[in-house]
Amino acid sequence: MSPAVRFQNVSRRFGAIRAVDGVSLDIQPGEFFALLGPSGSGKTTCLRLIAGFEQPDEGHIEIFGETVEGVPPYRRNVNTVFQDYALFPHMTVGENVAYGLMIKGVGKAERETKARDALAMVKLAGYEGRRTAQLSGGQRQRVALARALVNGPKVLLLDEPLGALDLKLREQMQEELKSLQTSLGITFVFVTHDQGEALSMANRVAIFSEGKIVQVGTPADVYERPTSRFVADFVGSSNVLSPEVAASHGGSATWTSLRPERIEVVTTGAGVPTGYASARGKVSVVSYQGAVTRITVVTDKLPLVASVPATTPFNKGDEVTIAWPMAAMVSMGDAA
Amino acid sequence: MTMAAADRPRGIGGAISDIFFARPQLLTLLLLMPPLLWIGIVYVGSLFALLLQSFYSLDDFSGLVVHQFTLATYQQLFEGSNVQIILRTVVMAALVTVVSAFIAFPIAYYAARYARGWMKALFYLAVMMPLWSSYLVKVYAWKLILAKEGVITWFANALHMGWLLDGVLGLPIVGGPSLSFSYIGTFLVFVYIWLPYMILPTQAALERVPANFIEASSDLGADPGQTFRTVIFPLALPGIVAGSIFTFSLTLGDYIIPQIVGNSRLMIGQAVYTLQGTAGNIPLAAAFTVVPMVIMAFYLWMAKRMGAFDVL
Repeated sequence: MSPAVRFQNVSRRFGAIRAVDGVSLDIQPGEFFALLGPSGSGKTTCLRLIAGFEQPDEGHIEIFGETVEGVPPYRRNVNTVFQDYALFPHMTVGENVAYGLMIKGVGKAERETKARDALAMVKLAGYEGRRTAQLSGGQRQRVALARALVNGPKVLLLDEPLGALDLKLREQMQEELKSLQTSLGITFVFVTHDQGEALSMANRVAIFSEGKIVQVGTPADVYERPTSRFVADFVGSSNVLSPEVAASHGGSATWTSLRPERIEVVTTGAGVPTGYASARGKVSVVSYQGAVTRITVVTDKLPLVASVPATTPFNKGDEVTIAWPMAAMVSMGDAA
Repeated sequence: MTMAAADRPRGIGGAISDIFFARPQLLTLLLLMPPLLWIGIVYVGSLFALLLQSFYSLDDFSGLVVHQFTLATYQQLFEGSNVQIILRTVVMAALVTVVSAFIAFPIAYYAARYARGWMKALFYLAVMMPLWSSYLVKVYAWKLILAKEGVITWFANALHMGWLLDGVLGLPIVGGPSLSFSYIGTFLVFVYIWLPYMILPTQAALERVPANFIEASSDLGADPGQTFRTVIFPLALPGIVAGSIFTFSLTLGDYIIPQIVGNSRLMIGQAVYTLQGTAGNIPLAAAFTVVPMVIMAFYLWMAKRMGAFDVL
């Protein structure tokens, strides 16, 4: 079976800027796929290339095996949930949701039924007659979702879908999107700069930097086995050890990532467990974060950030021994 | 020494600010008073006086205004040449409005959607510049352009198209001895003079249609034509209606353009001008003035009923 979306060496330039620079990517049918990266990294342009709002300057794009270069958005079987929802203000909620069906020439009764069902699916049953201006941000988001899904797209594109929502609502929508995707089985491609969102929702993640994909993999892959300093730093936070430092702690002589939560503080008197590397240093920064406390320990080689249970209090200036499993040092090859 | 929790007011300005802070409605009232007085007395007051005049009548014999309530003056509006004047003016105003809207839309659309930087500045300059020069100068310039000895006739002859121009001028009603003595001429000048008033509101309305509405519509399967009909046009409609209020009412009331360019048949503005001047028939002049007001009120009511202002 052909992939839901295939990019082959795709580039898109805006003047001198290469917004997307030689991207190759296969997204499988039924995947919940995240395009993750900082702003300006090309992830949104990739989404717009799939939607058809942009055309590639070079390379080849397929959607379910069909070449789509030169195919306008209105002839692509994909639908988009826009970042600011783009609901039409001169139409009711029901008319917004039924818009795509109306354009396709679906009869009034049928499209009203379908719009009602789509609104019920996003938990907005009975909102057909409302004006979009009367809705909250979260409700608009749901209407935008219903408006896209009612057309039965082969691929649903979501551009920073949760960006404008507050934290609680965002967490709730993450779960709902996830279960919606599972029950519908449609390929979801979503753009986000929030690594937490990408890791919690997606089956696979592509990480973008400066128009290129730097790593593709499952959330566990990219978090636990980053292949570059950029990924190690962008996805979660990481202590990056230079080849010399890594080697001095018994790791391989390559750039190495060490996650803060893998570092433990050894209680005074207790020895360093076997299979662990260790270092001594002075606590320079203590940052209380609720469940954990992040401390920065300045060792003789470099400062290391550790995430430790908040139960043990630390003070600035404390002398501590820190230790981490040898396996927690993840070689990133020789990548810069 | 303890610090005071609040500073004392500084000077008279500070004291006044404190009074306004405590009573914000007082400030609103003071700010609104001058314009309210102006609108209330000078504007609405004179309008009311006008309305009052229209219910008086002129004694045909003495030529004096009879200060007695009567609907006779309004009745005169529906007689003979007066009805002709009203019909002629309304048809002209409607045609000028429709054609202005058609010409203005692409210009406004380009300016709102595509023009950036210096192109946008150029657009504003091009649209506004005609408004900076005297209206009379422009109308007389058009008279020269449209005259029998003018550039249009010369150009038509140079292209061996004189027969076409003669054909157009030979048309019944709209034609005439030359463009500057025909309804076509009057119409052209009206469209030229009022066009900016149609372009600017239309452009402002289009400016407020976010680009992603067009993308969303396209994403949902609408081709450009469908997007135009279902998204762009409905959202631009309040602007077009606003522009049409200008072009329509300005045409209804104008008395200079039809006097300089056109045949000698009167329009409402000219009728008012003649009636209140040489004829001294203030009541009928007032009644004529009420006509455009009633037409505009009806037009706005229709526009509202048709949902033209729903997006506002």
